[in-house]
Amino acid sequence: MEFYGTQLSSRLMLGTAQYDSPALLAQSVEASGASVVTVSLRREAAGAQAGQAFWSLVKSLGVHILPNTAGCHGVREAVTTAHMAREVFGTDWVKLEIIGQGDLLQPDVFGLVEATRILTEDGFKVFPYTTEDLVTAERLLKAGAEVLMPWGAPIGSGRGLNNVFGLRALRAHFPNTPMVIDAGIGRPSHAAMAFELGFDAVLINTAVAKAGNPVRMGEAFRLACEAGLAGYAAQPIEERDMAVPSTPTLGLARGLAVE
Amino acid sequence: MRILVNDEQRDVTNTTLATILNELGYGGARIATAVNGTFIPASQRDTVTIIEGASLEVLAPMQGG
Repeated sequence: MEFYGTQLSSRLMLGTAQYDSPALLAQSVEASGASVVTVSLRREAAGAQAGQAFWSLVKSLGVHILPNTAGCHGVREAVTTAHMAREVFGTDWVKLEIIGQGDLLQPDVFGLVEATRILTEDGFKVFPYTTEDLVTAERLLKAGAEVLMPWGAPIGSGRGLNNVFGLRALRAHFPNTPMVIDAGIGRPSHAAMAFELGFDAVLINTAVAKAGNPVRMGEAFRLACEAGLAGYAAQPIEERDMAVPSTPTLGLARGLAVE
Repeated sequence: MRILVNDEQRDVTNTTLATILNELGYGGARIATAVNGTFIPASQRDTVTIIEGASLEVLAPMQGG
């Protein structure tokens, strides 16, 4: 699988926030086999070392870095943040987040399209965090995005894939666009389901970082991703409304007492 | 002169962005800067002059999802 011409060794992407310690983050990334980690930017006081230490840790992980624009609520703010992230992290990849509604952290899809157009013209490779809406997806692709990141459910909710019908429709309408299920995945089975639906990758943060054992959960997600991907490749059967016996009925004994 | 640095008032004596960052203790740090909401690339910090009341944003790497 590749994003913007970059080949990736794993279809699991991992957020770096909310871990109890840097060591736990590093161990969880390794156990998950993630090929991409997401990062962010925040204000730092002069002399403070947190940001510099985090940068050293991220570099040591040996994975691709995807900076986000988390916390941005407008186009100009997101575009400025993306430029600052490109300079700090040395990559033109950006996970574009523009939040339009606070309770659900729902993307502002109108601002998202506009910012995608601006950033693409500025040479960025944009990964827009969006919904499963087909029209929005079409506009994002026209604006220059070559990867889409539809949500499974609201960020941090752990609800899994809220709208399977909508996600399946999105996948079917844009079969050649790399798509990452981003946000809402709470359990390994949710990730497996994303792959069974034909999605290309998943991005997970809270489900690993806040698990009772983040390292073991990272490994569980790695296995679930492999299982879901293999299941999709093996072409699952269609669902049916009625039962169909799996044991052959030919030669079945007749005339035996029922009671 | 008095400027805002990450929304905190600071008194500085230098006038270019690069020298002000050094004066504030950011020298050598991996940071990105914006002045009055506009991104200033590191390559331009030597030539950007800061005036009284300017708002300086200094961002550093941080964990993110």
